[in-house]
Amino acid sequence: MAEISRQTRQSHTGQSLGETAMMPVRFAMGIIDAPLRWVQKKFGLGGMAAFFLLPNMLIFGIFVLLPFFINFAYSMTGGTALFLSDRTFVGADQYSRLFDCSNYTNPNTCAEDTFWTAVGNTGWFVILQVTLMIGFSLVTALILNRDLMARSFWRAVFFFPVLLSPVVVGLIWKWILQRQGLLNFGLYGFGFDPHVWLNDRNWAFAATVGVSIWAHMGFYTLIILAGLQAIPKDLYEAAEMDGTRAMRVFTRITLPLLMPNLLVVIVLVLIRAVQIFDEVYVLTGGGPGTSTLFVTQYIYETGFAAQLRNPGLAAAASILMGLVLVVLTLVQLGLSRSRDKKGARK
Amino acid sequence: MTKTRTMLAAFAVGLLTSTAALAGDVRIMWYSDGVEGEVLKDLIDRFMKDNPDIKVIIDNVSFSVVREQLPVQLEAGDGPDIARLANIKALSKHWLDLRPLVADSAYWDKNFGDQADWMRPDGSNQISGFMTQITLTGGFANKTLFDQAGVALPGKDATWDDWAKASKQVAESQQIPFPMALDRSGHRLTAPDLSFGANYIGADGKPAALDDGAKSFISKFIGWIEDGTMSKDIWVSAAGSTYRAGADDFINGQVAFYYSGSWQVPNFSTKIGSNFDWVATGSPCGPANCTGMPGGAGLVAIKYTKNPKDVAKVMDYLASEPIVKEFSERTLFLPAHKGVIENGLNFKTDDAQAKAALGIFVTASTGLSDLARKLPGWAWSDTVYGALVTRVSQAAAGEMTLDEAYTRIDADIAAKVKDSAL
Repeated sequence: MAEISRQTRQSHTGQSLGETAMMPVRFAMGIIDAPLRWVQKKFGLGGMAAFFLLPNMLIFGIFVLLPFFINFAYSMTGGTALFLSDRTFVGADQYSRLFDCSNYTNPNTCAEDTFWTAVGNTGWFVILQVTLMIGFSLVTALILNRDLMARSFWRAVFFFPVLLSPVVVGLIWKWILQRQGLLNFGLYGFGFDPHVWLNDRNWAFAATVGVSIWAHMGFYTLIILAGLQAIPKDLYEAAEMDGTRAMRVFTRITLPLLMPNLLVVIVLVLIRAVQIFDEVYVLTGGGPGTSTLFVTQYIYETGFAAQLRNPGLAAAASILMGLVLVVLTLVQLGLSRSRDKKGARK
Repeated sequence: MTKTRTMLAAFAVGLLTSTAALAGDVRIMWYSDGVEGEVLKDLIDRFMKDNPDIKVIIDNVSFSVVREQLPVQLEAGDGPDIARLANIKALSKHWLDLRPLVADSAYWDKNFGDQADWMRPDGSNQISGFMTQITLTGGFANKTLFDQAGVALPGKDATWDDWAKASKQVAESQQIPFPMALDRSGHRLTAPDLSFGANYIGADGKPAALDDGAKSFISKFIGWIEDGTMSKDIWVSAAGSTYRAGADDFINGQVAFYYSGSWQVPNFSTKIGSNFDWVATGSPCGPANCTGMPGGAGLVAIKYTKNPKDVAKVMDYLASEPIVKEFSERTLFLPAHKGVIENGLNFKTDDAQAKAALGIFVTASTGLSDLARKLPGWAWSDTVYGALVTRVSQAAAGEMTLDEAYTRIDADIAAKVKDSAL
């Protein structure tokens, strides 16, 4: 009897606690209930969707669309003044200047040779970095998906660089690769000749690709790993019972089912590669010469760091870069949709 | 509607008062090469003790922040109340005219008048601020390395070739990476350019095309980088006009001869200490002269300040003779103040090398070419320096020939002149 009474008391206390906790929520709902009813009455059920989307659209409009249009307006002006109202309208002159080139494959024939050098460098960087990043991330994820000893530890090891600031990443690798850096110290210790890695055009470029992969691979590995863990185990068991070879299992089961994740990773890596700036700026500063100068650094130098800044030219270059990113994103969307359609047909 | 407007106005006023500087607040943007930040803090603490109604806030930032971010803030009509910076001429339209605000404008004209043009718009007589230090480019030699190699230090009128030859012998004997180093800076490159007879200023006051004087030193310089006489690391270590100093290589005993300037003296005194003996050499000679390049850092008041009277009070204090004297003696900087120079200084250091080096720079300051004296007050100096650094470093990295670099330097400068006319 006493037991029943205690349970009842506890139940009452639980109820009253829950009710007390819900009171502010009910109060808040009471406050917004009336205006929401009014909105629904005024704009209908369809209008409610727009009402809830409005805050997001406002933020998107103010922080994304508006700057884009302001940037476009800047790209149509000339001079060194910062305020748009103080600048002279020059039409498409800045774009003409960027495209004033007799041979696009040879930047020395272009009026803005450093822009085209940066475009070429960025192109090569994207090809190398995206390919290697996807490859390394996929292999690492496949390994980390196995029953390894201390698996969580290894996952943390690969993810750790993602937590570092790009400036820290750049500085760490600068200390390793510079003339009197850790790598040369090690080489010297083992009797090899030291090499000035960051002064050599090819090695400096390779370093930017390598450092970028080291710094971000953990994040993409994690996405692929999540995809691998979502693949049903029974498919592998069935393949094993059929005696299917490991490579065939990979190409016929793992890869197709991983494709949605891989597509996301490809797009993210691609966009990040086109925008590369921070760690490279710290690591090489765009040198030696201009061999690791990428488009984002060109825009920064032209618009902000040069002795006489040219915001119009920087804005034109950033609009062109934005267009490339839009095209890349549309290609990804197209690929994704065609995959979805194929999947639906099957 | 009226109610809404009132509410909006109240909100706007609230927002403004929360972001604007408070009355009596004076914010100084300051960068340091050595100990001058600590000395300034000490001086300002004393000022605030005597002037409790004025609160001075010192923002210590890096040189690159002042160089790259301050101009953008100023263009937006924003920024600190006072700033210490090197490119004082190019940004002179943003400086506050202190003439009607300072206690005694005649004192300012008398003591800082020689450099007043360096920091005011052409044709104006405004008092924008004063030079916290006068600098002069010049060389430093690692005497210990020269002695160990048994190579005599080249004498007072030694040429750039003499220094290159001697430094090369030292580097070969002492197994150091580079005989010579020169900062990645257009200002530094300009001193030897002038000593080889260069003239940057055209008949119309605008930049002239690169002449034979400049070309002859630049070609020599690139040749030295190619044959390993001059440090390649510093010049190819970045793209664009980014500044890079070679001071760390000299401090670490990695170069025999380093061309930089007088502002390195306190830095070397602190960091080299008794590790090795070093001497200032003045500027090596070229066929035309043995000039160095003057310059320095100016402390200027910014016209967007909300507290011009307080700013003028702080500037009056920092420009006063006893404060300038104390600042220079403690920081080992050469002062710009005429009275302080005339009455003599007792630099507060036990380092005989630093004292001797400062003496060399004081002597060298009397042998500057006319053009070297004119360039700090010329509006296009920074434009020329930027183009020089960008293209010479590309030639140093083997990306373009010297002729291509010369053509690009002229084209870059012409484009900047055209842009600024819009």
